[in-house]
Amino acid sequence: MALTLLRGIQTRPLFPCSSAFVTRKHVLFCSMQSTQTETTMKTKQQPHSNFTETARAKAVEKALKDFEAIIGIETHVQLATMTKAFCSCAYSYGDQPNSCVCPVCMGLPGALPVLNSKVIEYAVMLGLALNCKLSMNSKFDRKQYFYPDLPKGYQISQFDIPIATNGFIDLDLPLEFGGGHRRFGITRVHMEEDAGKLLHTGTGNYSQVDLNRAGVPLLEIVSEPDMRTGIEAAEYAAELQRVVRYLGVSNGNMQEGSLRCDVNVSIRPIGQLEFGTKVEIKNLNAFSAMSRAIDFEIARQAALYNEGKAEEIVQETRLWEEGSQKTVTMRKKEGLADYRYFPEPDLPEVILTEEYVNGIHDSLPELPDMKRRRYEDMGLSMQDILFLANDVNVADYFEATIAKVPDIKLATNWIMGDIAAYMKNEKLSINEIKLSPQELGELIASIKSGTISGKIGKEIVDPVEIEKIVDKVIANNPKQLEQYRGGKTKLQGFFAGQLLYRVDKARSLELDFCSSRSFKMYVLPFFFSRNSTSNGRPAGFLSFCVGVQKQT
Amino acid sequence: MVILFSQAGSSTRRKMLSSVQNPRFLLIQCRRSKPFHNRYHQYPKSIHATSQVQSVSTSLPTSQIQKIQKSILSREKTARQFAEEFLNRLRLTEPHVKSFLHVSQTVLNEADEIDRKIDRNEDVGPLAGVLVAVKDNICTADMPSTAGSKILENYRPPFDATAVRKLKEGGAIIVGKTNLDEFGMGSTTEGSAYQVTANPWNLECVPGGSSGGSAAAVSARQCVVSLGSDTGGSVRQPASFCGVVGLKPTYGRVSRYGLVAYASSLDVIGCFGSSVADAGILLQAICGHDKLDATSSKREVNDFTSQFVAKDIFESQPLKGLRVGVISETLGDGVDQEVVSSIRGAISHLEELGCIVTEVSLPSFSLGLPAYYVLASSESSSNLSRYDGVRYGNQIVSDELSSLYGGSRANGFGPEVKRRILMGTYALSAGYYDAYYKRAQQVRTVVQKSFKAALDEHDILISPAAPSAAYKIGEKKNDPLAMYAGDIMTVNVNLAGLPALVLPCGFVKNGTASLPVGFQMIGAAFDEEKLLRVGHIFEQTLEGCSFIPPLIADEFKC
Ligand SMILES: [Zn+2]
Repeated sequence: MALTLLRGIQTRPLFPCSSAFVTRKHVLFCSMQSTQTETTMKTKQQPHSNFTETARAKAVEKALKDFEAIIGIETHVQLATMTKAFCSCAYSYGDQPNSCVCPVCMGLPGALPVLNSKVIEYAVMLGLALNCKLSMNSKFDRKQYFYPDLPKGYQISQFDIPIATNGFIDLDLPLEFGGGHRRFGITRVHMEEDAGKLLHTGTGNYSQVDLNRAGVPLLEIVSEPDMRTGIEAAEYAAELQRVVRYLGVSNGNMQEGSLRCDVNVSIRPIGQLEFGTKVEIKNLNAFSAMSRAIDFEIARQAALYNEGKAEEIVQETRLWEEGSQKTVTMRKKEGLADYRYFPEPDLPEVILTEEYVNGIHDSLPELPDMKRRRYEDMGLSMQDILFLANDVNVADYFEATIAKVPDIKLATNWIMGDIAAYMKNEKLSINEIKLSPQELGELIASIKSGTISGKIGKEIVDPVEIEKIVDKVIANNPKQLEQYRGGKTKLQGFFAGQLLYRVDKARSLELDFCSSRSFKMYVLPFFFSRNSTSNGRPAGFLSFCVGVQKQT
Repeated sequence: MVILFSQAGSSTRRKMLSSVQNPRFLLIQCRRSKPFHNRYHQYPKSIHATSQVQSVSTSLPTSQIQKIQKSILSREKTARQFAEEFLNRLRLTEPHVKSFLHVSQTVLNEADEIDRKIDRNEDVGPLAGVLVAVKDNICTADMPSTAGSKILENYRPPFDATAVRKLKEGGAIIVGKTNLDEFGMGSTTEGSAYQVTANPWNLECVPGGSSGGSAAAVSARQCVVSLGSDTGGSVRQPASFCGVVGLKPTYGRVSRYGLVAYASSLDVIGCFGSSVADAGILLQAICGHDKLDATSSKREVNDFTSQFVAKDIFESQPLKGLRVGVISETLGDGVDQEVVSSIRGAISHLEELGCIVTEVSLPSFSLGLPAYYVLASSESSSNLSRYDGVRYGNQIVSDELSSLYGGSRANGFGPEVKRRILMGTYALSAGYYDAYYKRAQQVRTVVQKSFKAALDEHDILISPAAPSAAYKIGEKKNDPLAMYAGDIMTVNVNLAGLPALVLPCGFVKNGTASLPVGFQMIGAAFDEEKLLRVGHIFEQTLEGCSFIPPLIADEFKC
């Protein structure tokens, strides 16, 4: 079945006269009117159409007794460059349609691409991070096909000489999935440009083209078919996300499409050498969806095998439907598409020098796997390691904290405990909370050294009372406050002492205060709010004061 | 389904100059071989072919650009006066020549602005007051840019090509957009979707192509100089047919930004002038690195104008010792004998100037033509993919995406363009790529090497610019292979990316009338300077020839 995304569409021009757009230079408004914009899909009745979590898990478990799944992944990573790959347009997700376009990325006649050197830099970074062999001489090619979101009628990509080949990625499986170390092969990494987007309006009878994304740089990473389960595939993708985030080459955001995975799945009876027919799965917007979709697909294919209908497994592209938790046919392959690749004549060859590559190599940050090994050597448990190293910002926070106070256990407890809970509650990232790792370090140091009294009452204090005390401390010490504001931050200790004195006097704080509801709902926002200067409190001050309660 | 595109420019209709019947025009004597058929209703019936071209004037070509610059700066004449002079001639000749697809309405205002600047003693650029015509496949923000194709009908780019921007910065006045074979694909300008341009020397003949409009416009002195583009000879062949100077720069010397792509690895913007100096000054204004074109060269540009010294300070043998190689393959079978005689005449002239002329064989020469057509078609099939009916031209109404594309492209492209897209698509297809595209690239390397070797031994190489002089309109229209064969002299130079200068050197008989013939000088990469120096000396010492077409000859008699 052919791709029929835009089928059955009868229309007239939205704007018969282009004069309405005279003043809107560079703003493309490609509109497609249609009476039907739904993707036409042939949905086969599946024997296991209403899988539940456990049913699917059981089916997969059963399938994998007799069959081996072969899984390979193609990942597109959108690069976080300031400007697009071949023009100077800035792009950010969610901008007004067709507001980040210029003659080059709109493919206007006469416009020419000029390569953004950051794209090469990021490609080399990722190539090195994935242990690849770099092509010192590579080039760009044109991949040709027609689609309304592809303004030039070809995509600038790399064909026969990708910038990086033949690498691998190392990862540690989480304990809940059995744990263990894995190494998956990387076939190639190549540079290319993204296409625009077709916007199908829900109620409208036309589709529109948004070219904001057209020309945004991508790296396509093709894995070897080394994964055997949905979990392994999802962890491969998650590790790739960590690597690109550690490198800072992409935000790796799956929901925004900055990291897109297409998965190829085939199964074969255990012991068989030749591969089965592979099926491609698209529309995987989360790692969990990836894992579930693959498991569904393994079970589906195994069921067909077992029912003697192996020939019904055909080479096709299937879509993962989150709603029904199944994969459904999107299009069947009708022979190989001929993209008529040829070298892009508008761009010179890409020539890397040893010096350039070495420079990038030497400036690579510590990568997730290296970090995990180092944390392992520090004596952290794998669970802690995976948590801390998962997000490079959390890892940085952790390391800045222990740089201040070398107590790995307390720092880990704090970060994985209260701070993680707070971040989750408030839906904040670690960079958005206002308690600096230095402050956390000071706090831990104070607790350890016993500077901070542990005499704390059991009853939950009214947060308003804390504020009152804070305000009183401030009011009574105008000179010190002025000095503090003037930059004498060491006075924090003075204020802390004053506060503790009064708090102790009031006997109003309790041991488990930090896990109390009021603490989380009311104090924490101050706690983490270094910029809060309400009531004349200096920024960061309250955080310090309240932090003392975590003494256990 | 309809996919709509809001064009950045307005849909203003192309404004052609109305033909003004000027009584003076009726006195113009135009040499023709037989009475002119009244193809155009405006054509004055009283024109007869009588005079001999060569007798019109024997004055040597001089730089019109330098003349204008000198006159307006000394306040001897205003920019407006010059502009009016050219515009009047344009009005008179345009109904017959049809060089222009669009004529600017702001020429006189721009001339006035230059005059005001001069009055205020402000700087005006080196091209101040110079009327430049621009081939319609070069983008101009304030004028339509159709590339001669229906698929870009009424298209107005939101930007100026770099070459155009540089012209404007130099003070030039863009007089209009000239006709061409659709997307530059053709050698006669008959492939335009809009009109057929005539050769000012004989209105029944083609001006050559694809830059036929730009060549004819300079030949008929409708403008001072003009820009063309040269992918396989599209500047040089029409220069030869129209008796003007045509300069194809080294690939990368002039930015292609804003040149509607035909074959990206071969395309280059070139210059037309009525003297070598004018072509050189025009090149000076537009060349140099451009950060918007990754294939433009960062090489430093010398001052070409220093080459254009006055004739009276030439030595007796100003080209003494210059090693000239005549490409032997270009003077053999298939080349018009009169053309060969003209080239032989030019060679004798070069010898008189002191050149050491020898024959040089380029065995790969005949391979260039098929390799060129494979490569140019392949690249064009890709470059023209963007014309999908979504953003330009008329989109056909269709209920299916593929037929929207098919229908819009079928309506928008002419037959020659379709032919080349088909050839190129075929050559790039899986299973054929190695036999066609890849092999043609290998030929290209061979051609480059053989030119390199020949230019190590010689300062310049010489050949005809085309195997014949201009031919009749319609003569090769239905015989594409015959038309392709006419490109034999020029395509190799594009494959090698070298600079070449075509300048008129003689005439061939065409019944009782004559048609100009040009010869081609090929230089080493980025050595335009040498070509211009040799060309200037050649032109300034070539007595007894005047390359002003009879159509306008009376104006230049005095
Ligand atoms: Zn852009």
